[in-house]
Amino acid sequence: MQRLARSRDDRVIAGVCAGIARRLGVDPVVVRLAAVVLALANAVGVVIYVGAWAMLPEQPATDEPDLDRRGERAEDSRAGLKSALAVGCITVGILILLKSVLPRFPNGLVWPATLVAVGFGVVWARADEADRSRWRGALLGEADGTLTGRGLWLRLACGGTLLICGFGWFLSTNSALSDLGTVGVAVLATILGIGVLLGPWVRTLFNQLGAERRERIRSEQRAEMAAHLHDSVLQTLALIQRQADSPQQSRSLARRQERELRAWLFDDRTPASTAAAQRLVAVLDQISDDVEADHDVTLDVVAVGDCPVDPRVEALVAAIREAVVNAAKHSGEPEVSVYVEVTDDGINAYVRDRGKGFDPAAVLGDRRGIADSIIGRMARVGGVASIRSGPGEGTEVVLRLPLESGEEE
Amino acid sequence: MPTATCRVFLVDDHRLFLSGVRAELADRVEIVGEAVDVESAIEGIRATQPDVVLLDVHLPGGGGRTVIEAIRRDRPQAVFLALSVSDAAEDVIGVIRAGARGYVTKTISADDLAAAIDRVRDGDAVFSPRLAGFVLDAFAGDLPPGAAIDPELDQLTPREREVLRLIARGYTYKELARRLGVSTKTVETHVSSVLRKLQLSSRHELTRWATDRRLV
Repeated sequence: MQRLARSRDDRVIAGVCAGIARRLGVDPVVVRLAAVVLALANAVGVVIYVGAWAMLPEQPATDEPDLDRRGERAEDSRAGLKSALAVGCITVGILILLKSVLPRFPNGLVWPATLVAVGFGVVWARADEADRSRWRGALLGEADGTLTGRGLWLRLACGGTLLICGFGWFLSTNSALSDLGTVGVAVLATILGIGVLLGPWVRTLFNQLGAERRERIRSEQRAEMAAHLHDSVLQTLALIQRQADSPQQSRSLARRQERELRAWLFDDRTPASTAAAQRLVAVLDQISDDVEADHDVTLDVVAVGDCPVDPRVEALVAAIREAVVNAAKHSGEPEVSVYVEVTDDGINAYVRDRGKGFDPAAVLGDRRGIADSIIGRMARVGGVASIRSGPGEGTEVVLRLPLESGEEE
Repeated sequence: MPTATCRVFLVDDHRLFLSGVRAELADRVEIVGEAVDVESAIEGIRATQPDVVLLDVHLPGGGGRTVIEAIRRDRPQAVFLALSVSDAAEDVIGVIRAGARGYVTKTISADDLAAAIDRVRDGDAVFSPRLAGFVLDAFAGDLPPGAAIDPELDQLTPREREVLRLIARGYTYKELARRLGVSTKTVETHVSSVLRKLQLSSRHELTRWATDRRLV
């Protein structure tokens, strides 16, 4: 069965008629003819057409069913549009019948009545059964204290009076078309009456729906939190229990989990591996995770400021990583401090350990790691690397990446 | 080592952590009491009058901040050292502004913790690398135009910045003093001055930064 939708390929104006015809399984010409007839009859057809144009979705580009829109309510909304259409047709039919039987039946009543009926049909039919029973309850003053007692009767009386006035006006206007102003006032009075009658009920309804939605969001968040804790923290705790005899592994597991949890709690919930990896601070986190997992060290990473990672910053990050790994391997100390500061004119990075240190002059010549991976890498992107170390004094690698030369002047 | 043992009060809602700290510090300081929430902490500290309160940032019943504010109302000379696993900047800056003399993370070694306790008892400030990073960030940039600037409080001197940077790079006070060619006492003076600014500055950035900035 086709969904009711405006036709994409067969259209005269907006594809409404072809869409309806396709849905009903008749030739579009029949529907178009009917529309033209209705349009001539007091412009009712035009109103319906415009209304349908606004309400009906455009048919999907292919004939594949539109999966996104087929939620659990698709069934409902199809039925809703169908019954709205039915209500509209019935109303129009009755009105035309009345008009032909009673010659004095006012013209001005035809299209507002149709619109009201269609609107009501839409609202009523689109709701699911639970909504309907609640509305019924609210309408009868059962669900909510605000709708009971004198207030309800007062509103009913006011609204009723306005409605009667409106109707009286309609009936007294025989030549509605020649007296549009009066009709306008009459319509206004009718609408006002309906507003007074149904306004508070509609508001209660909206409040209820809002409260329900908030509750649903809350419970979804709880479920998400529980799922995350189960996947991460509980699993890690289980792993730690099993590796209790290997303090090094337990420690690195705990550190890794701590970082991950903190990132999840404080960093807008982006997984460190994807979107967040484009920022310097996130990348530094990643490095410290990796290095702590591979070596028995603790990294103390302090960052001031943040910036996006472009190829030059990537080179800096790679140099930092190399320096950290060197410290982890050779210093003999379990702690490495990393400090990165992003300033207006560049990035400064310091990697420091308190380990045994070395004599840079003696080592630089034959250690390709430092010469290539740190000093060379920094030089290629216009940065500077210097190493301060001495036997027994620990080591500090200082990296500086000035701002892109093109941006400086 | 100080001549008299330091009297320390522990406040932490994590009992496991409490017993760990107690075991580690048992032969270095005298632990006069413990508490696991805000209410019992305030009561206990009033009763025992410790030299230093080791205070968890996160506590049921209002957080470490509430304890500091309640105690300092009638005993402003009370000394607090904040201790936390939470590195959320707003929490850390919050307890410091409430009056804590320093902040260390719970991963600190027993030796360093004992040294930090002695240092705050002697009236100095204890900045971990992370806190130094937070402070540098908080005092970075210019004040928004139109803000009342008190250069004495709202700006760090270049020397103070240098000291904070070195702390953030992992230097101890002693290493820092050697590096800068000054005495440890001078370093302590700089750090205390930064602490004072952090506590008293009305710098707009401090609050705004703390709420909308989340560092590692």
